[in-house]
Amino acid sequence: MRELYTHNLSVIHRIDARTKAIFALAFIIFLNLTPSGAWPAYILFTTLICSLALLSRSGMSLILKRSLLALPFVLAALPLIFAGPAPQGQVTVLNGLQITYSMEGLSRFASIAVKSWVSVMAAVLLAATTRFPDLLLALEQLRIPKLFVAIIGLMWRYLFVISDEVTRMLRARASRSAIAPGSGHTGGTLLWRARVTGGMAGSLFLRSIERSDRVYAAMLSRGYTGELPSYETIPLSTKDMLTLVLGILLLVLLWALGVLTGG
Amino acid sequence: MLFSPVHPMHIPDGFLSVLISIVFWIISVILIGIALRKTSQTLGERQVPLMGVLAAAIFAGQMLNFSVTGGTSGHLLGAAIAAILLGPWPAVLVMTSVVSVQALLFQDGGILALGANLFNMAIIGPFVAYAIYTLLMNLFRKKTWGMFVAGFVAAWSSIFIASLSCALQLALSGTSPANVSVPAMGAIHALIGVGEGLITAGALAFLFAARKDLLKPGEAEPASSKGVVIGGSLIALLLAVLSPLASSHPDGLEWVAEQHGFIETAKEALYNIIPDYTMPGISDPAIATIVAGILGAIIVFGVAYGIGRAEKRIHTQEGA
Repeated sequence: MRELYTHNLSVIHRIDARTKAIFALAFIIFLNLTPSGAWPAYILFTTLICSLALLSRSGMSLILKRSLLALPFVLAALPLIFAGPAPQGQVTVLNGLQITYSMEGLSRFASIAVKSWVSVMAAVLLAATTRFPDLLLALEQLRIPKLFVAIIGLMWRYLFVISDEVTRMLRARASRSAIAPGSGHTGGTLLWRARVTGGMAGSLFLRSIERSDRVYAAMLSRGYTGELPSYETIPLSTKDMLTLVLGILLLVLLWALGVLTGG
Repeated sequence: MLFSPVHPMHIPDGFLSVLISIVFWIISVILIGIALRKTSQTLGERQVPLMGVLAAAIFAGQMLNFSVTGGTSGHLLGAAIAAILLGPWPAVLVMTSVVSVQALLFQDGGILALGANLFNMAIIGPFVAYAIYTLLMNLFRKKTWGMFVAGFVAAWSSIFIASLSCALQLALSGTSPANVSVPAMGAIHALIGVGEGLITAGALAFLFAARKDLLKPGEAEPASSKGVVIGGSLIALLLAVLSPLASSHPDGLEWVAEQHGFIETAKEALYNIIPDYTMPGISDPAIATIVAGILGAIIVFGVAYGIGRAEKRIHTQEGA
């Protein structure tokens, strides 16, 4: 398991996490509000996010590779090409087999694919330039319930411990039930395999519940009273505020361009 | 090592209309707020460590898989097992943490689409699983074999019903026609659900042998969970009835989607303000768009190249 965050002191890394979180959300909202087929606006949205990615020095290839992760979901929008709104055209393939297509449907499909890809890039950039504890603190300062932020914070701390535990369980299973070369099968019948995996899941739960008891005891012994220490809320600096306002203004401009040019 | 491949139920950004996203954000936020309050009452200060560690366990537990045939494998998503072990409201919190961290840290599912994803996986999942588990347990008079069957069916339904909700959200957004998305999502998840059901039943069998006492808390508070049982059954029934209907009358949903298209209306209004919008000097709108596109591409490369150069210079200065 690997986190996206890479440490360096670029301009983007130094911006307040609240500014980045709000800007990323605004970016995704305005991009998705842009009507389909507004290619000039999409190009400018892409430029904006690519420029920020370059400025962050997080490695363009990493961000591009990571942002392609959501691409298989595009399949869900594929029917738009064939069942999109009229006017529909027809292509004849082979002898007599006709395929109906709709140009508007095609344009909508491409728009969805581009919007999705650029949105994921914004989310990847946020995760790559903001330490998770900073992001949590930002969420808390943005009025997300403290209790919930505390749960997610604790979850993040134990995520790596428990995923190591799962890796060890998987390794233990692999070492006990031999894989016949080439067959792709491990151990016994399908039901047997499912039951073994179920047993692993049950044992993972049991261990985790017991671990949470120990964590709770440790927290109590360090003076936990159900209240987590709160941080002083520092108001956004004028510079960060200005960055945010200008950034959102730019997004509004891009969106307006999209509305004017969209089909 | 990266986490499991992108799961077909985590909707990325771009696939849901902004209006649908916001509606589901509001529904999810209200229900998660209730869940926070309810678990605070029952668990008290133990809430943070227990929910946090279990959320981490579900997240990591999604790596557990078993090979089915060829390259496919069965996975655990965990909503059902969490609902059976902890009761519905804590399960909502655990799954909310899992789905949120997947979106924020691993980009599995979008940020704007998170509200809808939370609704499908963190609310419908545990609610439906809990409702069906409770109903079947009553039906089987709490027999031991009945528990495993109930666990299997509850887990399968939680996946299947959540996928129907996901398909309807896509159809409402005008992304995928209902007559394609509902059967496709339903069929894929009817299969994925079998894996989930088998793992859940196996986990219940293990826990029954190892720590029978842990299987009680889900049944403990009948008063507060009655609403969940009714709510969960209603959601399951509604979606099971609604989606075939939507699927056979896709025009109906499309009509709703068109009605939601207030953005289109806003766009027309803007067109009326500036009726003759064209690139200066070019009258044909198609050519104007192409010119704008080329200009845009030049801007992309120009800006990117400029920034790349500037960064390099700063880099070498720092290095020197």
